[in-house]
Amino acid sequence: MNETLTKEMGVIEEKHPMENILRMDRIPHIWCPTCGIGIAVTSFAIALEKSKIPLDQVCVVSGIGCSGRVAGYVKLDSFHSTHGRAIPFATGLKLGNPKLKTVVFSGDGDIIGIGGNHFIHSARRNMDMLVLCINNFIYAMTGGQLAATTPLTANTSTSPYGNYETPFNLPYLADSCGAVYVARWTVLHVRRLANSITEALNKKGFSFIEIICPCSTIYARRNRLGSGLDLMKFYHDNSIIKHGANTKELDIGFQQKIIVGKFVDRERPTFLESLNDWNRKVFGDKFKEYGGPDDGD
Amino acid sequence: MKADPKRVLTGEHYLDGDHACAEGALAAGCTFIAGYPITPSTEVVERISERIPTVGGIFIQMEDELASMAAVVGASWSGAKALTVTSGPGFSLMMENIGLACMLEAPCVIINVQRGGPSTGLPTLTGQADMMQVRWGSHGDYEIIALSPNSPQECFFFTIKAFNLSEKYRVPAFVMTDECVGHMTEKVIIPEADKIELFQRRYTKLPPEEYLPFKPGPNLVPEMVKAGDGYRIHATGLTHDEKGYPVMNWEAQEKLVRRLVEKIRKNADDIVEYEEEETDDAEIVLLSYGISSRVAIPAIQKARAEGIKVGVLRLIVVWPFPEKRVYELSKKIKAFVVPEINYGQIVLEVERSVHGECDAILVPHGGGWVHNPEDIYRGIKEAVK
Repeated sequence: MNETLTKEMGVIEEKHPMENILRMDRIPHIWCPTCGIGIAVTSFAIALEKSKIPLDQVCVVSGIGCSGRVAGYVKLDSFHSTHGRAIPFATGLKLGNPKLKTVVFSGDGDIIGIGGNHFIHSARRNMDMLVLCINNFIYAMTGGQLAATTPLTANTSTSPYGNYETPFNLPYLADSCGAVYVARWTVLHVRRLANSITEALNKKGFSFIEIICPCSTIYARRNRLGSGLDLMKFYHDNSIIKHGANTKELDIGFQQKIIVGKFVDRERPTFLESLNDWNRKVFGDKFKEYGGPDDGD
Repeated sequence: MKADPKRVLTGEHYLDGDHACAEGALAAGCTFIAGYPITPSTEVVERISERIPTVGGIFIQMEDELASMAAVVGASWSGAKALTVTSGPGFSLMMENIGLACMLEAPCVIINVQRGGPSTGLPTLTGQADMMQVRWGSHGDYEIIALSPNSPQECFFFTIKAFNLSEKYRVPAFVMTDECVGHMTEKVIIPEADKIELFQRRYTKLPPEEYLPFKPGPNLVPEMVKAGDGYRIHATGLTHDEKGYPVMNWEAQEKLVRRLVEKIRKNADDIVEYEEEETDDAEIVLLSYGISSRVAIPAIQKARAEGIKVGVLRLIVVWPFPEKRVYELSKKIKAFVVPEINYGQIVLEVERSVHGECDAILVPHGGGWVHNPEDIYRGIKEAVK
């Protein structure tokens, strides 16, 4: 509607509530109807606002896949990197300029499948970053192949007779590798997810949130689980909030109960804190702490 | 811009090529180094990890070379001069993210201390067989810059030169050294900082609303910003427009990839660098690079003593290849003789560039050791026949 006409008609043009965080010039997005990734992005946007972190300092890095497209829709410094390498890319961003707040937003196939090695090492180092991992149980962008998160017996295009490979329990993996914050929510839990992201954004070190997300076009269709709405109903009926649950007990079976909540929240020196503290100890005044490219001498 | 005196180890030193590369990187203002141990390149990051705490910057040993290269691209976009160092097998693992660096136009430097291949090959022994891989190893069309030092002294200077070219053209720049040069210890003179000229990355002065991150500036190179500057840019490995947004059609592909290629090809005269010796009346020109250029010296001397007019064209920048000069020379000479520690890589580029005007004779070596000068001499003799 043109501006004059809008004024004449007395219509107040409303801004999209997330306009300051979304690249409106890239909307509509590529995600399917009833895909949950958009909800996760909404929760992220709410969390960013709540966290009060200056948006110019926030960098979002994605890998490849449906969730890998998130970087392209957020109006922040955003990088759509290579498959599985969002975490090391974000590591470079953070260490190249320690003032940045780095968020990796990508999928299970990307972060845990092809990028699993980077995930475990970054958790071990307690690298400063928040990893938001959309788990839709399948490689969706390429048409529905078996993932490292596909529940046992589930049907995918490369396990057409059902999956016989044991999937990863992501919170357990993150916990055992040393992540300081570990949570799991479904996209049904918009408010809890947003609160969790806010909490994690304000935490130093390696934080990890698994976001269970419906993929109705591929995962649900192949497994005859109904529509996206049916999946949301399933989350409603079968999610159990259990904060502090033992991460060993968080396996997800095919159409079984999903335990959600915040499981780990602890303090551990971050990579940069350890690096700086140790070097101060060893070199004293001779240590030259690196603060980023704008640090003048 | 001059180098920072606190980062430059001015003086006369006795260093191997790997250590000289490390000093070159520090002098060039490199503040981010990601690496994974691999023979025969490890000494570069060992020296950097020893020096960096008191010089300023961050070294991180990553979990593999995929991670090292990805981290380098990230660090480059956060404003750091970024470096990684490797050898054959690690170089292969870096290829995908080298492509990302080309697509994201992230200035960065990669040092490859070449060893014998394929596969694990000869970890502790020399080779020059990655010269085509550096040019073509990642998928798709792109251009890069590669230099080839033949001494520790050159390792120092060429690493600085690689940073300068990389910052200027926003492409990955490679220092293609080898085990021999990397482990050879010689005198290295490190000049005073004010004698070292550094190219300063061109950051935009435009306000965010007017800035397009991939709009070509002078020389087809876009002006850059750093993450955190408030421009809220998007950069993607997908084919993209000047705004940085993905566009999936042939027109966008044509516009982007043509520019990525042309920003090097059209500026080749500025980038290409070689040394020439006695080419005016030469009948044979020995074209070489890296360690092979030094091994060839006794062969050239012997041939000249016999009255054969041998000129020398020694490549400092191997990629882009000095095709114009090679073609000019080809019209006056009988043949190029090309000794390289591989079964024919740069010689193919010579063959292409001479357009049939003269011969290109390869003196191959499988790797593990340098040529016997006698073999190169025989190559020259064959050429004058």
